[in-house]
Amino acid sequence: MTVLEAVRDAMREEMARDPDVFVMGEDIGARGGVFLATDGFLDEFGAERVIDTPLAESSIAGIALGAAMEGMRPIAEIQFADFIWPSVCQVVGEASRARYGTDGSVGVPMVVRTPYGGGVRGGLYHSQNVEALFAHTPGLVVIAPATPYDAKGLLKSAIRSDDPVVFLEHKRTYRLVRGEVPEIEYTLPIGQADVKRQGDDVTVVTYGLMLHHCLEAAEEAEDRGVSVEVIDLRTLRPLDEQTILESVRKSGKALIVHEDTKAGGIGAEVAAIVAEGAFDYLDGPVMRLTGPEVPPMPFSPPLEELFMISPDQIVEAIETLASY
Amino acid sequence: MTEAQPDAAAGAASAGLSHEQLLEMYRVMVRCRTLDERVWLLNRQGKAAIVASAQGHEAGQLGTVWALRRGHDRFYIYYRDLAVLIGLGMTPAEIMRGFMARDGEPLSGARQFPTHGAYAELNLVNLSNVVATQIPQAVGAALASRLRGDDAVTIVYFGDGASSVGDCHEAMNFAAIHRLPVIFFCENNGYAISVPLSAQMAVDSVASRAQGYGMPGVVVDGTDAAAVYEAATAAAERARSGGGPTLIEAMVERYLPHTSDDDDTRYREREDIEKARLRDPLVRLQGQLAAAGVLSDEMDEEIRAAARREIDEATDEVEAAPYAQTSSFYRDVYASGGDPSP
Repeated sequence: MTVLEAVRDAMREEMARDPDVFVMGEDIGARGGVFLATDGFLDEFGAERVIDTPLAESSIAGIALGAAMEGMRPIAEIQFADFIWPSVCQVVGEASRARYGTDGSVGVPMVVRTPYGGGVRGGLYHSQNVEALFAHTPGLVVIAPATPYDAKGLLKSAIRSDDPVVFLEHKRTYRLVRGEVPEIEYTLPIGQADVKRQGDDVTVVTYGLMLHHCLEAAEEAEDRGVSVEVIDLRTLRPLDEQTILESVRKSGKALIVHEDTKAGGIGAEVAAIVAEGAFDYLDGPVMRLTGPEVPPMPFSPPLEELFMISPDQIVEAIETLASY
Repeated sequence: MTEAQPDAAAGAASAGLSHEQLLEMYRVMVRCRTLDERVWLLNRQGKAAIVASAQGHEAGQLGTVWALRRGHDRFYIYYRDLAVLIGLGMTPAEIMRGFMARDGEPLSGARQFPTHGAYAELNLVNLSNVVATQIPQAVGAALASRLRGDDAVTIVYFGDGASSVGDCHEAMNFAAIHRLPVIFFCENNGYAISVPLSAQMAVDSVASRAQGYGMPGVVVDGTDAAAVYEAATAAAERARSGGGPTLIEAMVERYLPHTSDDDDTRYREREDIEKARLRDPLVRLQGQLAAAGVLSDEMDEEIRAAARREIDEATDEVEAAPYAQTSSFYRDVYASGGDPSP
């Protein structure tokens, strides 16, 4: 099963299970979504629960928020993460503080799903990583799965969550990444990282598409005699400090890899967690390998390639860190 | 604009509000005005950090409350809607706890500015200070009614300033497309803080935009409770029967600065304010009821004295209460409680 199929199955199962769940967004009806995440939903669930919206992202989020405050469980699709900025007011400004600002009397069981990330010739406006802003916000949950198994289990949990969730799907993984998904019903806990590969010498912390590059790099590093542990964060807020620290206390070395740019990114937060919680165990600098400080990401293939992190670069960083 | 007419109360009765109902509304309006004046005073005494007055807006707000079903229909209000809160039945003491940030404040636990938060039993939400954000939220609430098949009507209140925000446009468009059971209630007092209407829009009225969305837009005198009641009743009936949204623009007045932190001498002539005061909705309703022989001077004095006593008692009670306690600080960030980690 692909990541895209996992996302689709998760939504379909939850819509069949709970009449309060509905989807809204641009081109999600007859078109089935531009990536076909809601393919067939209009026929299966009808136009009342599969709502094609005008091209108006602020109200997509705001209307979903209002419905959620009344107890519905909307899934709002933002067609590309690059288009999410108009909805920041309703998501970061409003949804995140609805429970706190009403002394707990209003909950926001909504999910904002959006395809993000580059490496697809998306240029400046179909490639962006948007996670850092949302992950900065108390009251929001931010999830960024990398495999079909995680995507399905976490999306189902997100839909059932009583908190507002920003669910980020790396669009390059949609059809590229395949994996086993159980036939039986399952969900996965929000806020738990997953050790995708065990190792002793270096801890690599990552998420999204970069997980797969990191696993490839870890394989290569192993051949060169470096044992690498790869942690897939899966949830970017709240971060699973315990899993990160346990691994770094074992390896003494932490490399953080993400496609998003460096300054103020998830890697900065992970680095600070490591510095605060595993300082005595460190046997080398906390390193970050991230996208460069250029607006992500240029359209021309050589320029896009320059932006994206390759498995080779990750191997190099692992070896540099291992040599300390 | 019209002065109070001697036969206005009779007209109101024929529009569906009895003299008894209008008299009850008058009591509520007096209570609201007395509270409004008191919290402004408390602000000047340094006891209430911020006040946005509803003076001049009360008849419009109460006219809508009387037209809707309390505890059943949904109210998405904004910061100048004190009379909606009083009209729905919040007590002055409850509301005053917000102005003085006291423990037990029911809307937000005093985390928010006064009158903000939510009151579940009243289906009341006032989530934010960011103007117009409540408009798509209210449309979402109306969408929830549609999906659930309940017959609640959602009314959303906003000022003329908020009508310029993109969220207002997006929300109205969506509601009209789906014929959702929502009433857009614009309280047009002619100013977005300091910017007059002429600098906010090139058209004469907010309601005229309704045509562009494919819904009715009506302008009413927002100082005439009976006229607002009539318009809101028709809009609610339309919403309930599947006819979709209505935009009501209530022409109201603002006598005071935008908030207690504002200085309106920098942008508003005193004569303009004196002229606005001629359209005081409280004076108007009082005149209507007196002319109809429903309200004597003695009764009026009794009503006002009762309101003063109630607000005095509320002031004493709330002043004696402690500020919202720090034990609540981390609560309700997430459904599970506080934020366990960054």
